[in-house]
Amino acid sequence: MAVTSLDTASIAEPVLRSPSYSATVWRRFRRDKVAMIAGMVVLALILMAVFAPWIVPDDPYKGMSLRRLKPVGTPGFILGTDELGRDMLSRLIMGARLSLFMGVTPVFIALFIGGVIGIVAGYAGGWLNTILMRTIDVFFAFPSVLLAIALSGALGAGIANGLISLTIVFVPPIARIAESVTTGIRARDFIEAARASGANAITIIRQHVLGNVLGPIFVYAMSLIAVSMILASGLSFLGLGVKPPEPEWGLMLNTLRTALYTQPLLCALPGLMIFITSIAFNMLTDGLRSAMDLKA
Amino acid sequence: MLTANEILEWDTEGTPAPAKPLLVVEGLVKHFPIRSGLFGRATAHVRAVDGLTFAVNHGETLGIVGESGCGKSTAARLMMQLIAPDRGTIQLNGHDVGGPELSVKTYRSQVQMVFQDSYASLNPRLTIEGSIAFGPTVHGLPHDEAIARARSLLDRVGLEPKRFAGRYPHELSGGQRQRINIARALALQPKLLILDEAVSALDKSVEAQVLNLLLDLKDEFDLTYIFISHDLEVVRFMSDRVMVMYLGRIAEIGATEALYGASEHPYTRALLGSMLSMDPDRRTMKAPLTGDPPNPINPPPGCRFHTRCASATGLCRAIEPKLMSCGPDHETACHMADPASGYIAVELRP
Amino acid sequence: MLIYLLKRLIYTIPIVFGVAIVCFILVHIAPGSPLDSVLPPDASSELKSQLMTLYGFDRSYTEQFFRWVWRALHGDLGTSVASSRPVTAEVFKAVGNTLMLASVATIIGFVLGSFFGFIAGIFRDTWIDKVASAISVIGVSVPHYWLGMVLVIIFSATLGWLPPTGAGPGGSADWAWDWAHMKFMVLPAITMSVIPMGIIARTVRALVAEIMAQEFIAGLKAKGMTGLGIFRHVVKNAAPTALAVMGIQLGYLLGGSILIETVFAWPGTGFLLNSAIFQRDLPLLQGTILVLALFFVALNLAVDLMQTALDPRVERR
Repeated sequence: MAVTSLDTASIAEPVLRSPSYSATVWRRFRRDKVAMIAGMVVLALILMAVFAPWIVPDDPYKGMSLRRLKPVGTPGFILGTDELGRDMLSRLIMGARLSLFMGVTPVFIALFIGGVIGIVAGYAGGWLNTILMRTIDVFFAFPSVLLAIALSGALGAGIANGLISLTIVFVPPIARIAESVTTGIRARDFIEAARASGANAITIIRQHVLGNVLGPIFVYAMSLIAVSMILASGLSFLGLGVKPPEPEWGLMLNTLRTALYTQPLLCALPGLMIFITSIAFNMLTDGLRSAMDLKA
Repeated sequence: MLTANEILEWDTEGTPAPAKPLLVVEGLVKHFPIRSGLFGRATAHVRAVDGLTFAVNHGETLGIVGESGCGKSTAARLMMQLIAPDRGTIQLNGHDVGGPELSVKTYRSQVQMVFQDSYASLNPRLTIEGSIAFGPTVHGLPHDEAIARARSLLDRVGLEPKRFAGRYPHELSGGQRQRINIARALALQPKLLILDEAVSALDKSVEAQVLNLLLDLKDEFDLTYIFISHDLEVVRFMSDRVMVMYLGRIAEIGATEALYGASEHPYTRALLGSMLSMDPDRRTMKAPLTGDPPNPINPPPGCRFHTRCASATGLCRAIEPKLMSCGPDHETACHMADPASGYIAVELRP
Repeated sequence: MLIYLLKRLIYTIPIVFGVAIVCFILVHIAPGSPLDSVLPPDASSELKSQLMTLYGFDRSYTEQFFRWVWRALHGDLGTSVASSRPVTAEVFKAVGNTLMLASVATIIGFVLGSFFGFIAGIFRDTWIDKVASAISVIGVSVPHYWLGMVLVIIFSATLGWLPPTGAGPGGSADWAWDWAHMKFMVLPAITMSVIPMGIIARTVRALVAEIMAQEFIAGLKAKGMTGLGIFRHVVKNAAPTALAVMGIQLGYLLGGSILIETVFAWPGTGFLLNSAIFQRDLPLLQGTILVLALFFVALNLAVDLMQTALDPRVERR
């Protein structure tokens, strides 16, 4: 059979290209005002965290007992000072770094690990699937907060240990979603057609499965970021996780508890930051999910 | 390991031997276990394909018909090596598939399939040309050449490459998608194409176009077809030979006109009789076939069709008829057609 | 159905065993000796080894594990290193307190969440929907320990209406369902109910919207059925999933109550866990985690079975 029915010139002609899936999703996302605002808030927070050392008005580590617990609105310290006399605004800005880092990093690591486990289990099926998923199920027997705290409690305080425990907490749910989505795709005819073309499993996963599967998995992981942030700050709140004098919103909530009756507004500020970040991420994820749901 | 070309070398003049079987299937069996109970033991088996033996000749179209659940689709998937048979062999041009001379991968470049669901058969994230070009790239063709071949095939199936190559499946109609599936199947330059209910989901007018396209392509590319359908009219139009399946076995197989004109199996006759007639003078008044087909999990003893057969006798209920010749290029599995079976047409049901 | 019940119970056994193993490993990966918190650093090695033998810490891990499991099966979870009281008694007392709090919180969350989710789903895409959905997003996003603090600031520190901490005037020993005691429960329960409320609201909204969009509702309307009848139909269809989610949320609250209980000094399992971690009280830690995890597994099983019983579409073999 010869490829002669079309001459090479017309084959090389530019072809009408429809917008790809990602372009379509982006276009739908852009039209969602709420989601765009949430996205910009998240971006602002990330930028604030990245450039924190350069934009803080005062040294977040330098404290003077003389000026401890100054209320909001004190000239020179717009948001007051904490229990050791450090400027709250600077601490809050600097705290974005660790809080965001502890919230986002475990999810991304878990995305990678859980994604691999889930996709492999979903595509392979059979006994491999059973072994992997039953092992994952054991971790599902623990409510996530309990697991995170138990792990942290066992490993001890500190950033690294906090990251490890949170990653372990998030791998099972991501693996489950990945397996579920992959199994659904695996059953579709176009995978059979790809097998019928003689491709091996790795090629099929790369060319056909990933493109269809990464979207939902990624969105699910994003929805976990808010949870991770709250959990990470919660760990610091309990005294696990980040240790003083590092600024981190959860830790700040803990150390400021003593001032609950004297400077209530001051106490509430770090939690407010967690709240804002969490809402922004959740709305961003909701918007992304709506944009990706092409049938709606 | 032979290459595709070596496998299909015919004689030195380059002309194929007349009616040489291209694909030979022997004793194909596939049972699906049903698991239940406390430990998930297989308590029963769905005997989807229960001993299939037939041949497809080079250059012909073999139609396969039967009711839902008779095993047609399972047979198609077995032939495509998408599922592994429990027993039986498949030979392409005399070489065992999966044997020392013919690897499964090479086999797959020679035998391709077009599925029924045109939308589910295409990856929603790939462009049309990407989907078509995938197969050739798997077999080593460089990307640019694969795209060029994909565009050329698009043109050949009647879709202008400039307009369609860069689009996505959800933007196209069922008929267009099925053309794309055909183009994709042809991209590997196969010799045999299995069409599993490929036109069943299309509107009638679109169906006609696609069928004509298939006929043109068959001539142009010297293809062999296995055409699976439940639509008897379409099968008659497309096929040179027809095979009728019932509960995982062959009921009758032979040249199209022999089957449609003078069938030798009560099931075939009932199927043909249930075709609606367009002629107002010969209306179809009574449904010749009653009841649902019995369960493939527990096929009845003896002839599988005896529970619905108007001519069934004690012999039929006891002994299973073998597929035997009843004419030139015509075989059937029925005691009535076999003079040596001992069938006596005595107990006729009203 | 009975076969399924049996099957499910049998599948739970390896999970429970896995849970026990994970519990044990969790606790023993901690650095340092299990007696660090009790012994002064200059204690004689003789005293140390005596205590180690007494508590059984000197045996191999495998042996410790099986001894622990064996005793646990007989209801003995060991003795707390810090308080020298039997772990089982402490844990179950605390579980009772947490269960009380968590149940009230779940009910509040379920009622409010169902309400918001229902009206959001029925009046989909109107302003009612947007408001109700906003409330549920807030519910899910708020860090509950912070909310607890804020509520304490408002209702205790500023207004003085409700007590900030504790579980009752006489501690939790004498609990009674009267206002003197229940006022201690108001703030923690409300705080705890916020996250389940958000999740249930979301779930119910999606369920109701999906049910309303189905064709059989149009069929019912065509038959002349009005509001109340349709309402009953929707509830019947949504109930199994909504109840399942509620059950799971109760499980999460049971296991994850530590943060709220720390804020409000509520003497439940979370509080116990907190002290066990900081005093490095291994037997108490192990026992508490095990009991909580087992409760969670049992709850999941109950939810699963309830779903199978209630929803005829769910096929289980």
